[in-house]
Amino acid sequence: MSAATPWTIATVRDALLTKKTSARELAKDFYAQIERRNPELNAFLALCPERAYAQAERVDAAVAKGQPLPPLAGVPVAVKDVISTRAVRTTCGSKILEAYTPPYDATVIERLEEAGAVILGKTNCDEFAMGSSNENSAYGPVRNPAAMDRVPGGSSGGSAAAVAAGLSVVSLGTDTGGSIRQPGAYCGIPALMPTYGRVSRCGLIAFASSLDRIGPFATTITDAATVMSVIAGHDSNDSTSADAAVPDYLAEMARPVAGLRIGVPEDYFGKGLDPEVKAKVEAGVALLEKLGCMRVPLMMPHTDYAIATYYVVATAEASSNLARYDGVRFGLRVQGNTLMDMYRKTRERGFGPEVKRRIMLGTYALSSGYYDAYYLRAQKVRSLIARDFSDAFEKVDAILTPTAPTPAFKLGEKTADPLEMYLADIYTVTGSLAGIPGISVPCGKTSAGLPIGMQIFASHFGEARILQLARAFEKAGGFAI
Amino acid sequence: MKISREDVLRVAQLAHLDLAPEEVETYRGQLDEILGYIGKLQELDVSNVEPMTQIRPRNADGATGASASGAEPELRDDVVVPCTVADAVLAEAPDAVKPFFRVPKVIER
Repeated sequence: MSAATPWTIATVRDALLTKKTSARELAKDFYAQIERRNPELNAFLALCPERAYAQAERVDAAVAKGQPLPPLAGVPVAVKDVISTRAVRTTCGSKILEAYTPPYDATVIERLEEAGAVILGKTNCDEFAMGSSNENSAYGPVRNPAAMDRVPGGSSGGSAAAVAAGLSVVSLGTDTGGSIRQPGAYCGIPALMPTYGRVSRCGLIAFASSLDRIGPFATTITDAATVMSVIAGHDSNDSTSADAAVPDYLAEMARPVAGLRIGVPEDYFGKGLDPEVKAKVEAGVALLEKLGCMRVPLMMPHTDYAIATYYVVATAEASSNLARYDGVRFGLRVQGNTLMDMYRKTRERGFGPEVKRRIMLGTYALSSGYYDAYYLRAQKVRSLIARDFSDAFEKVDAILTPTAPTPAFKLGEKTADPLEMYLADIYTVTGSLAGIPGISVPCGKTSAGLPIGMQIFASHFGEARILQLARAFEKAGGFAI
Repeated sequence: MKISREDVLRVAQLAHLDLAPEEVETYRGQLDEILGYIGKLQELDVSNVEPMTQIRPRNADGATGASASGAEPELRDDVVVPCTVADAVLAEAPDAVKPFFRVPKVIER
C-alpha cells in the first residue's frame, strides 16, 4: 500500500480476510519500514519482533481456520515507553531505567494483545513523560515526519511520529498535561486523551497520578474509536479506574451532529495564539456550524491560571512518585559508601535535567512552610478550573479550542527556557486538571505546510460525544480545511 | 520571592539529589523564574474554595463536573491472595540475595 493511503484497522482486516497478506507479512513490512525510517526519526527505542511474529502467527492461524477475528487482529501497534511490557525493555526515556525489563504487562497491553494487536515495539518520549518536544529523552529527540527540522511535540512524540510516518497503524501514548493531544496536533493526526479513570493505568509508570492517562493515536477517528473500545473499562488492578459502562463508540460516533451546542471559549483565542492557527481553528468551528452545530460563546476565566496550577500539582506528584528510583529494587544503581550516598549518586547520574528540575520544583512546593502557599493553593485553583468546565457543560455539549498556540517549533528552539516550553501546553492542561476527555484532530496546515490541531473537549465520560463530532468533522473534510 | 543557593541545596537534599556545583546556579535561576510565574496563583481569592483532592466524576453520565471532594474511592475486599512474582521482581534488582535486596550498611557500628 502506498504512503498516500496508510493502513487502517479496517484495511488490515480486509487484507487478512481476503488473504491479500498475512499478519506475519504485514509485521515484516512494518519492520522493514521502521528499519528504513527510524534512524532519522528516532521514534522507536526498542523493537520486539519475536513477540510480534508469535502474535502474528496466532492471528494467521485464526484466519486459516476461519475463526472470527478480534477487533485488532493483525494490526501493527506501537506503545510509548512508559507503559510496561513483560520482558521488553521499558526505559521511560530515562537512563535510570536503561536496562529495566518489567516482570509484567500493563493492562492495556494485555487488552491490545487479547484483541489481536501485534505490538511492534516501544516508542521514544520525554524522560518520564516530562516535556513538550521530546527533546528531554535520554535517547535523543524524535523528528517530526511532517517537517524533519521540527519537534514532534511531547511527551508522546515517538508514538505520534510512528503513526504519522506509517511505522505503525495506531499507537498508545500518555497524556498528563497535553502529551497525547499536542504531539497529535504537531504531527497532524487524531490523538485522544480519555476521561480520568476510563482506561486502566495498571502498568503505566507513574508521573503525576491525579493527571496521567493512556490514550490512542490513529490516522482516522474510526481507528481511534476502535482502540478505545478495546482499552476502555474497569480494572480491579487500578483503584482509580472507573466502574462505568463502556458505550459502543463506533455506533455512537455515527450519530448526526446537527443541533449539538459547541462552546468556543474566548480565553483560548487571545494573546500568544499564532494567527494562522487561529484562522484554521475558526474555520473548523465554522465547518461544524455548517453541519448544524450551534456556536455558543463562552468565558472560562481561570484558563490563564492553568499552567501555574499544573506545574505545582504535577511536579509535586512527580517528586513523590519518582522517589522510588533509589537504586535499591530496580533500575540503575551507582555504588556509594552509605545508603544515602548511593541514593544521591544514583539519582544524580540517572535523571536528566528536566526531571531533576521538576523533582526540585515539586519538593519545594510540598516542603515545610511552602505547602499552603503553593500546593494547597494550586489544589484550590484546580477546583476553580474544573468548575469553569462544569459550568460550561451546563450550556454546551462540547468545547472547541486550538490544541496548541503554535504549530511545531524547531528542534532546539525552546530548550534553553523551561518556562517558555511549559507554555506550549497552555490550552491542553486545563482539561487535564479537570479530568475530562479531549481529542486533537487535524485542522489544516499553515502556509509553510505545518499541521494544525483543533481540540474538542466533552464532559466526563463523553468520549462518544467527542468521537461523534470528530468523525463528522473528518467526514466533512475538516482535516484538510 | 527570590530563590537562593541555600534554597536549592536544601531542596536537593530533601529530594536526594547530589547536584554538581554548576547545576546549582542553573537550577537557582530557573526555579526562581518558574516560581515567579507560579506566583500569579496568589492573585485569586480562594478563601471559600475547597481543594480538588479527588478526580472522581460524580457519575458516568457526565452531566456533572468533577467532584472536589465527597465521592469515596471504591475499595476492593481485603482478602489475601498469593503473590508469586518475588523471583521475577528480585531478578531486576541491582544487587539481590534471595529473598533480600542488598544495600550498603545502614546502621553505623
